[in-house]
Amino acid sequence: MTINTLPPFPVIVPFTVAALLMAGGKRLPRRVIDALTITTTTVVVLLCALLLARSLDAPFVYWFGGWQPRDGIVLGIDFVIDPVGGALALLAALLVLAGFVYSWRYFNEVGPLYPALMLTFLGAMAGFALTGDLFNLFVFFELMSVAAYALTATKIEEEESLMGAFNFAVSNSVGSFLVLVGIALIYGRTGALNLAQVGAALQGRPADGLVIAAWVLIASGFSVKAALVPFHFWLADAHAVAPTPVCVLFSGVMVELGLYAVLRVYWTAFAGTLAVHEDGLRIMLFVAGTLSAILGAVLCFAQRHLKRLLAFSTISHMGLFLIGAACFTADGLAGAGVYVLAHGFVKGGLFLCAGIVLNRFGSVDENRLRGRGRFLGWVNVLFAAGGLALSGMPPFGTCSGKALIEDAAERLGHGWVSVIFLVCSALTGGAVLRAAASLFLGWGHDLNKEAHTPKHEQKETDEKYQRAPLVMLAPVAALLLLALGVGLWPALLNEARRAAAGFQDPVRYASLVLSSRPPAVVSAPQEPPPHGYLMGAASALGAAALALLALFRHRLPHALRRLGRAGKPLLSALHAVHSGHVGDYVVWIVAGVAVLGGFCAVLATRG
Amino acid sequence: MIYLPYAVVAWLFLIGLYGIISSRHLIHLTVCLSVVQSSTYVLLLSIGYRRGAGAPIFADVPPGTPAVDPVVQALTLTDIVVGATVMALLLALATQIQKRRGHLDPHHLRPMRG
Repeated sequence: MTINTLPPFPVIVPFTVAALLMAGGKRLPRRVIDALTITTTTVVVLLCALLLARSLDAPFVYWFGGWQPRDGIVLGIDFVIDPVGGALALLAALLVLAGFVYSWRYFNEVGPLYPALMLTFLGAMAGFALTGDLFNLFVFFELMSVAAYALTATKIEEEESLMGAFNFAVSNSVGSFLVLVGIALIYGRTGALNLAQVGAALQGRPADGLVIAAWVLIASGFSVKAALVPFHFWLADAHAVAPTPVCVLFSGVMVELGLYAVLRVYWTAFAGTLAVHEDGLRIMLFVAGTLSAILGAVLCFAQRHLKRLLAFSTISHMGLFLIGAACFTADGLAGAGVYVLAHGFVKGGLFLCAGIVLNRFGSVDENRLRGRGRFLGWVNVLFAAGGLALSGMPPFGTCSGKALIEDAAERLGHGWVSVIFLVCSALTGGAVLRAAASLFLGWGHDLNKEAHTPKHEQKETDEKYQRAPLVMLAPVAALLLLALGVGLWPALLNEARRAAAGFQDPVRYASLVLSSRPPAVVSAPQEPPPHGYLMGAASALGAAALALLALFRHRLPHALRRLGRAGKPLLSALHAVHSGHVGDYVVWIVAGVAVLGGFCAVLATRG
Repeated sequence: MIYLPYAVVAWLFLIGLYGIISSRHLIHLTVCLSVVQSSTYVLLLSIGYRRGAGAPIFADVPPGTPAVDPVVQALTLTDIVVGATVMALLLALATQIQKRRGHLDPHHLRPMRG
């Protein structure tokens, strides 16, 4: 068996084990199930790593059933293994592995359902990252969504879980119908579902109303999953209630896959016809990214429920990734890719820390727990390190990703992007540091007595432990080390640039898929590595300063405090918008589609 | 080209969305979601439709007999399966919410806030 026959296995292996678990898992003892799931996920990690390594040499295509295209007409369904898809599949597998190891002491009465759903989720994400077919993309999208809805509602005794899962399911289903209508329209125009063939059919033609409509529908549908403003409302509801290892996957890789799908479809299918409007699209995406980044960061800093805090930080970071991708240059996309990897690891580690706190105290409310985390030992250190990493402190990978994007934007004449990055990463990192200081050091003083969060949340373990057990700490440490590795591995930046340049070349993709000619090797843009360490250090310092400011704001002079209170009406307006009512969320989705559609229509008519 | 099916698609999609937005009952909301989804079935089938063509079954017919596009029919089937899964899950969630709270009005059921 050569490596060229491996591509379907990251999907087949977890699905098969999930099916076996559902069929016979009830009779297996708990530890056997755990060992089985961990082994399976390790196998998937290795498979994805192999595929990634092979695709770094040259991307390749796998045709199911050997149905190769004839004369440029696609007959079958393909997986395209390129470094971007491979890296995302590997990220998903690593995060699932961390989640499973962490769950060793977790959920006493889970049975086979939870691991089976997690494995289904993993297989769907891997397929989503690797597929080269539009409808396949939709099917994997739905599969991962359904697994995610069910996982969100794991704690079925809690109303909040049920409502969070319901809102999540309804908004994401509306998103997937938007995608499906878009796919149907583009199939009606081109008669093709294969991304490369759709791209070849649209190549060089002016975009008419139908193509624009299809693009708007597909992009906004996937943006619902990517939690970009104004499609983001479901995210915080789902994150607050989902079990911790599931949150790791949601924040670390699932929403990023939404953005990946937008970009993949754009660069393979629509770039040939929409490239003339690149400048206009860039402005639109910059605006959407900036809005997401700022809104997420502000709401993150205003949170005291740890999981919701981390959820809003994810929205902010999705905005930053979008800004990177919207540069439409290899450097911008490479920066976003590196940032996604590092952020996935960091955010995963932080969520796992929050989970340890939840299990120990039955709550993740920062004010209620003030000072009570002193005895958690290493968790303190890891959580604070995660906060610094989130703010982009060098040498974590978040820093190099950010630096690449800032560099790319500045070269396009958008120097203001650096300011957004500085402010948003300082706010999100600062929120985590503030929470760490108040939880573990007991700093700060409760000014705001009104509590929205429930008094007591269901713990996910029954065991009382004084110190966090090693199987829970080890994955956190491993994830943070991986984030460090992303930043310290010098070859990574150049590989990312090369991968991004290949990702953004529709002609090369089409020749790879349609004529299976090995495409010309993309030469890496030879530029010196960016000097972003200063900005990274600045945002880490800013995060620490903001955290201290928030903790000791009661000691500030009266005049300054009044100044701070001026922002309160705005903040409560923002909170009111996040109403928790799914009907409102759908209104925002419709409004978002309308704005995006209007903007693209104006672009197309102006030529 | 006949525009009626596409008008039906737009109508179903929008009226379903309106139903979701204005709904006061989670079961009603779930059904509205399936109305939105029905619009995608109609869209897919009308894209593959050819006037005067038969079903895409190629046994016992001379080669070259016109048939409607089988691809979109396969897509519709997949879509129906996906829809059934989502609906089943949403209805199960609604049943659980009813058990805990005794009502299903989304205006009085909010996830965690703050």
